[in-house]
Amino acid sequence: MDFDLTREQDMIRREVRKFAESEITPVALELDATETFSPALTRKMGEIGLFGMFVPEAYDGQGLDYISYIIGVEEIARVDGSQAATIAAGNSLGIGPLYYFGTEEQKRRYLPPLCRGEALWGFGLTEPTAGSDAGGSKTTAVRDGEDWVLNGSKIFITNAACEMSLGVTVQAITGTREGGRPEYTCFLVEHGTRGFKAQPMHGKMMWRASNTAELYFDEVRVPGKNILGKRGDGFHQMLQTLDGGRLSIGAMGLGGAQGAYEMALKYARQRQQFGQAISKFQAVAFKLADCAMELECARNVLYKACWLKDRSRPFAKEAAMAKLYCSELMGRVANHAVQIHGGYGLMKDYHVERFYRDQKLLDIGEGTSEIQRLVISRYIGC
Amino acid sequence: MKIIVCVKQVPDTTEVRLDPVTGTLLREGIPSIINPDDKAGLEAALRLKDRYEAHVTVLTMGPPQADLALREALAMGADAAILLTDRAFGGADTWATSSTLASALSALEYDLIITGRQAIDGDTAQVGPQIAEHLGIPNISYAEDLRIEGNTVVVRRQYEDRSHILRAEMPCLVTALSELNEPRYMTPRGIFEAFRDRTVKILTRADLAIDDGNIGLKGSPTRVMKSFTKAVRGKGTVVELDARDAAGWIIERLQEKFVL
Repeated sequence: MDFDLTREQDMIRREVRKFAESEITPVALELDATETFSPALTRKMGEIGLFGMFVPEAYDGQGLDYISYIIGVEEIARVDGSQAATIAAGNSLGIGPLYYFGTEEQKRRYLPPLCRGEALWGFGLTEPTAGSDAGGSKTTAVRDGEDWVLNGSKIFITNAACEMSLGVTVQAITGTREGGRPEYTCFLVEHGTRGFKAQPMHGKMMWRASNTAELYFDEVRVPGKNILGKRGDGFHQMLQTLDGGRLSIGAMGLGGAQGAYEMALKYARQRQQFGQAISKFQAVAFKLADCAMELECARNVLYKACWLKDRSRPFAKEAAMAKLYCSELMGRVANHAVQIHGGYGLMKDYHVERFYRDQKLLDIGEGTSEIQRLVISRYIGC
Repeated sequence: MKIIVCVKQVPDTTEVRLDPVTGTLLREGIPSIINPDDKAGLEAALRLKDRYEAHVTVLTMGPPQADLALREALAMGADAAILLTDRAFGGADTWATSSTLASALSALEYDLIITGRQAIDGDTAQVGPQIAEHLGIPNISYAEDLRIEGNTVVVRRQYEDRSHILRAEMPCLVTALSELNEPRYMTPRGIFEAFRDRTVKILTRADLAIDDGNIGLKGSPTRVMKSFTKAVRGKGTVVELDARDAAGWIIERLQEKFVL
């Protein structure tokens, strides 16, 4: 067994941390307060290689292992959830399906600008009537000669309605399988295609500096070559994408928990009450000790899941566990962090206030905590 | 154009922590970094490379672990890296260090040598200028701006209350301030390539044509007599007054202490 990161992974962590602290921390409060997605900051993250991390260099990716990517997300999440969301969704949901399932032509066309961080791609799965129950989806694609015609809508789609958005992968019903289950196929739809409308969603409690979209498809006509992979592969592609995506949400939970913990520890050592630093009181010290212990557990479960994926071994159960544990852990740590900050923790001048809000998405996005428990319970034979 | 950048690996002093029990510095586990002034010098060289297709070699003297600093330089974009490492070089003061580096440099081709002004762990600011003296080339220190004009380097040198614009014919040596630029970030791909695809050339005592009297502890004319932590004086007093009253207040205190 070896618990050490490689020299490369260690250096990536240090460099991304430095970037995050110098480029993201100073603007995070402002972007959150004004609910602003920053294309300039997103491009900067592209320049230092945070997009396309696990994609080969032939498509302008970084050609790294999955754990290096996860470390990248973790370090960004340590200072800001919104920017980590842009990276995690950009890689796992935007770039991932194109890279894993796309034809060579599709990869050559779309991956280079996405991997250079010059453009973003969305993954259209969730619908107003289909969240945890994917069976409730209503978006359809009907064949018309060589083309397909899409109708329907998607909601809560990250990175899909900003000036950098290049297109989206859309899961649609394309027929009925034997036994009456719907057949799903994924289509690539570029922005600017007639009948396709992407609208930013505002008024979010969390990830306020990330871009979230509502998508509308009204008689959107795309050629057959825009099918991602093969017809009927949509369901399988979605499941596999979400398995990988869970690791990046896990990294957001772990990184966010780490950031909240460090802020709480620092504050507790400075804040004086009853004549001494509040970190000396067991009521505070034990909270921080619990946080430190759970962070250790969380990092191990997440890295092990990545380790399995990097070795092409089954990792879906471990990914669900990592996603569930890390996201709920961040909830506990952010809660302690606000509590330790007292009144100041409730103020927007303090980053912990944002961490407390940003965490809530992690219990809900890319498979709710309940769905993760369902997945795990099925794997253990319940 | 051939540029050689001399760098030093130093402990990241921003990460230094105190032992909660003994109050002494905890060096264990402190990450090592490229000295900030040296890193600015490297960035300046890389910008010349971007502009004029210069070839950038990075050179360091240090223990085998200094390899990591050179990998970092390669990940940023340096073309070649040389590590001078040998037990015989250990314990060197600035004279022995600059002699050893100059000996290695004299066997290399260069138009421009860039070093940092000073290292954050020693703060002597002597090694750069000494290298220039050993090599018999012009030296401009404290560069806060640097550009190439024909066969010359034009440097804006920082001075206490002003700047000097100085020009030197190449080959020459410039010492860089960290204010010179914002060093670029390494990309993950650059980091992987630096470890996987690149080599660090290792030179030892046997590779240098230099007298034993100029290297390592034996070749060091200066000795550290004692290091100690400064005793903490009493706490300062904060007084909020306008400038005139403040001046009066200070004079009174100085008179009390019979300084005035």
